[in-house]
Order: sequence, then structure tokens, then C-alpha cells
Amino acid sequence: MAGTLLEVENLHTTFTIPAGEVKAVRGVSFSLERGRTLGIVGESGSGKTVLARSVMRLNLGTNVTTTGTAIFEGTDLLTRSPAEMRSLWGSEMAMVFQDPMTSLNPLVRVQRQVTEHLCRHIDLSRSEARQAAVDLLKEVRIPDPETRLRAFPHELSGGMRQRVCIAVALACEPSLLFADEPTTALDVTVQHQILNLLSREQTDRDMAMVLVTHDLGVVAGRTDDTMVMYAGTVVEHAPTRSLFADMRHPYSEALMRSIPRTSLPSHTRLAAITGRPPDLIAPPTGCAFSPRCPYVQDRCIEETPPLVATEDPAHRLACWTPVGSPEGQAAFQKNLASGLPQAVAVDISNPRPPTRGVEVDS
Amino acid sequence: MATLLAVSFLTFLLVNLLPGDAINALIPIEAQQDQEYVAQVRAEWGLDDPMLVRYGKWLGDAVRGDLGDSIVTSRAVSGEIAHRIPVTGELMIVTVVFSVLMAVPLGVVSAYREGSRIDQFISGSAQFALSVPGFVAGLLFIYVFAMKLGWFPATGWTRISNSISGNLMTVTLPALSLSVIEVAVYARVVRSDLVATLKEDYILSAKSKGLKDGFILFRHALRPSSLTLITVVGLNIGLLLGGTVVVEFLFALPGLGKRLLDAIFQRDFMMVQGITVFVAMVYVVVNTLVDVVYLVVDPRIRKAD
Repeated sequence: MAGTLLEVENLHTTFTIPAGEVKAVRGVSFSLERGRTLGIVGESGSGKTVLARSVMRLNLGTNVTTTGTAIFEGTDLLTRSPAEMRSLWGSEMAMVFQDPMTSLNPLVRVQRQVTEHLCRHIDLSRSEARQAAVDLLKEVRIPDPETRLRAFPHELSGGMRQRVCIAVALACEPSLLFADEPTTALDVTVQHQILNLLSREQTDRDMAMVLVTHDLGVVAGRTDDTMVMYAGTVVEHAPTRSLFADMRHPYSEALMRSIPRTSLPSHTRLAAITGRPPDLIAPPTGCAFSPRCPYVQDRCIEETPPLVATEDPAHRLACWTPVGSPEGQAAFQKNLASGLPQAVAVDISNPRPPTRGVEVDS
Repeated sequence: MATLLAVSFLTFLLVNLLPGDAINALIPIEAQQDQEYVAQVRAEWGLDDPMLVRYGKWLGDAVRGDLGDSIVTSRAVSGEIAHRIPVTGELMIVTVVFSVLMAVPLGVVSAYREGSRIDQFISGSAQFALSVPGFVAGLLFIYVFAMKLGWFPATGWTRISNSISGNLMTVTLPALSLSVIEVAVYARVVRSDLVATLKEDYILSAKSKGLKDGFILFRHALRPSSLTLITVVGLNIGLLLGGTVVVEFLFALPGLGKRLLDAIFQRDFMMVQGITVFVAMVYVVVNTLVDVVYLVVDPRIRKAD
């Protein structure tokens, strides 16, 4: 079952708006093997959703341009005609959206939403489609599927709706599933169930999955690889296990530190990342994270670090002063001594020197 | 109900304020020399009673379905309305159906190709059509289609019971004249609702399922975008009733609007009163129906009660 399913090379996506050109994705490359999972992590506006939609060619509007290549099963998605894309959507690649409250049509019964594309891609009779819908709802653990089929979306809870959305996405057995923040709009208790459901379906069907999220805790233990995005670029890309064992990019580290921890005493100040994400109309020169980075050096502002392999070839990193390296330590101490605000902030919230390796509960 | 009460009272008040005496309509000028006879007729019709008393009497009859008799023809007002309503009713139904059938595709194309030339053309034409009153369109249509091309009769009415094709010939031009503004209004409403709907997540999710654009437009986007259209159609019924008065006059159609106009000129206050209340009732009924249609279209409202 091995073999590359999706190979994205140097993908750029730009939105032209009156204020200028918003460079939402700036040169992203990655590849995904069949049946493997990739987590894309980054804060809001880092380009993860746009990246997923660009690969699927689902960016709406006429002001979007995407360049680069996205080879899916041997052909470039970016050069396919709309009709060719349509035959792939749903059947070969599917997407689960962020908000199940808005991604189901409020005026259409569950049954039609689950099966309408099934009937298009595969010829099914009415009763076969109904049976398929019942099976799908059972599959995503919806109790009493016969009744739920006749329900309208508003009659279901958020978790149930997301289960329906997953059933919709799985209906035609796609080989690639994009899950775009599938749990962000849900209750914490439901989040776990939905993520476990996605993981189980992914394993059972040997389907490749791209899990987009802003929450490192979501990808931990659930994806094979993780890609950390910042300002439209990939800053760190590694097998998930190795990433959590050894976070090298200051941004990855900062994301990790900003997760609230129950092990710390109450009222511990949360280590937020200082500053704001950059303006993507005019991204900063050099490393995009440099204005907020506690490790920033002159070189970071002048030269953009390339995404290159570290000692571990699978662990790729775009940073001049990686966390835990001698250069990084020296840079941090230097910034701390000169009173650089973001370095001081890190130092105050984390009295121990930044350590390599954080244990994650998954 | 309160609406009907208010409408009937206000009409009663306004008809009373009209210059001219109903007595002029009741008896010829020559006979008015005879003061005794005038007084007798006045008493007979209750014209000397205070307005509120007369209104009370009229209302008492009206709730039992008796709208009184015309003071000109002495025929029952309700009978006259029943006789005239097929004309106006048909005219309005044809207008609404035709307008919706025209406007929905125009609005859909416009929204689907938002910002394109075709959208600009449709929106621009709608803007222009909005500023053309029904009677101007009517005169134009009579000139072009009746006088120059001779396709349709310029005036008159053929009852549907006499000839279906003849009836369709006579209803076409008046309905078209009334439709001009309606099409423009509906097309704009459909367009703006649909433009908003097409930005919804569930449209993107329908697209990601590999559904065809046409299927998404008509099976996913149109229904959520039709609520404003339904409201506007309901509200526009009132405007349309006003429009039929002018158009029926223009095309010499024996409809309710024409009868109302005649009644006003003749100071036939019972007739004016009766027709006005009837029209108000139609308006109320239609808008109640609109609320029912909402329930059919949007399942979320059904839950609310």
C-alpha cells in the first residue's frame, strides 16, 4: 500500500484584494504516502486552511491564483479542468469542514446530504442509497440512524452534525481526506470522540488524511507526520513523534508553551506568543517569525532560512538558531541580556531555561 | 383581524370626507327640488345618522358577509365583487407566476456570475425597469404588440369560460405591463439573497462533494435564498392590486380595479367601501399564506412553535 499519493511542490496561493496581494501560502512543499496522516499546525492566518483548499482547488472567487504543482495519483491537480476536479471531489478526495453548524445545508434532510454525491459518482437505486446512508451513519456511530436520516441538521447536536459531515466525506471512500479544524467548533468532550472516530476510519479504510488544526494537542499521537506552518511557509516538518520529542523551531516551541497545562499551579500566567502574525500583503524579510522570536539574530532578519534536514533526515527545519542548539542557546542568552521583550517574556513565564523535549499526553 | 377593522374604519372615514353628497348619486338632480322626497331617501339610506352609527350598522352587516347594496345599481356589493374577481384574480395570478418564472432564472444567472457583464446587464436592466410605471409599460405594449404588430388585442376581455385562447390573448398584455416592475424587484431580491447564500459553508461543502454547479444552485442554494422573495411577493400583492386599477382602466378590463374607479367617480360609497375591505382581506389572507409557505420552505421555523 506504499507509494506517494500526493506530492505538493512549491505551492503559492495569492489573493488579490484592493489593498494589495495577500500571499497566504508561500512556497509549501510536502508529500503524503497512501494511508498516512499529516498534521498541519499553525495559528489563525498561517495559511493552513488556504493550503488545504488550494490543493483541493476549492478556493472560491476569481481573485485567487495558485502556482506550483500538486501531483495527486500521478497527475497535477492544479492543471485539471473544473469538470475533472468535480469527478475527483467526493470520490477521490473529500473534506470535513470546521463548523458542522454551517457546513450542512439547513434545509436539506440528512439522508439526501449523505447520499446525493454517492448517487452521482456511483449509480445507486433509491433503496440502495438509503441502505448506504444507514450503513454510513452506523459507521460514524450515530444511534438510531433510520430516524436521523429523516432529520434536518438543526435537529442534531454539534457532535452529531460533525459525525454526519464525516459520513458525507467518507461516503464514496476517498483515498485522501482533508479534515480542516474538524473539532474547533465542538465541545471539548466531543472533540475527543470525533478525533478518535476520524483516526479509526482513517486506519480502517487505509485512507490518507491531512488534519489541519491550530492545536498541537490534536495532532499529538494521531498523525504520522506534522508540519508547522507560519505566515504561509513551513517552518518545521517532522515525524510527529520526533517533533514532540525534539521541537527545534522557536515557533513550534512557542506554540507548545502556549498550551495551558493542568500540571502547573492555578493562576500561572499563560505563555502567549508576543506580537501578532505578520501582514501577508508585505511579509517581513528574512524569517517571517523573526519579529516575535526570542532567539532572533541579525541573520534571521536578513536571510530567509531554507527548510532543510537536520541530523535526522526526516526532521526538516527552517531556522538559523534552532532551539536547543549551541547557536540557539547563545542567541537566547544574548537577547535576554540585551532585554529583548519576547526573550524576557519567555524567561519570566518559564524560569527554567528552555528545555528540549516536552512530554505530551495523548 | 385588527387590520381589517382599521382598514374598514379608515375607508369609511375617508369616503365620508369626500366632497359631494351621496344623495346626488341616489336621485337625479331634478328630483332634488322635492325636499320631502330628499329627506325621505336620506332617512331610508340612513344618511342623517352620525358617522359612527352608520359605521356600526355597516360593520354589523359586513361580518355576516353582507357588504350592502350599490347605491347606483342597487345590486349587492358582494355580488359585484364576485362577478369581477375572476378578471382581477386571473390578472394578478398570471402576473405573479410570470414574474417569478422570469425573475428566478435572471436572479440565479446574475448571482452565479456575480460581477460579470451578464450580471451588470441584468442588474442595470432591473434598475431601469424599476423606474417604469405600469401604465407607461402598458401604453408601450399596446403600441408595439397591439397596434404595430397586431399580435394581441389592445383592450377588452374574453372570459375564460368563453374561450381559453381568447382569454390568454386578452390577459397577456395587461399582465406583462404589471410584470415589468415585479420582475425587476424579484430578480434583484433573488440575486442578493443568492449571492449571500453562495458564500455559505454548505455550498462549499456541496461543491467538495463533486456536485454540479447547476445542481448546487437549484437544489441547495435556491431554497434558502427564496425566503425574502416569498416575503416580497406577499407584500407586493398590495402594490399589485393598486397596479391593477390603472392597468384595468388602461386596457378596459371589467375587473375589480375598474369597478372601484367607477364607484369613486360615482360617489358610490357602499361600493368603494366594499371593494376596499375586500382587497384588504385578500392582502391579509395572502400574507397569512406567506407565513404558511415559510413553514413549508424552512424546517427550522416549524420547530419554533
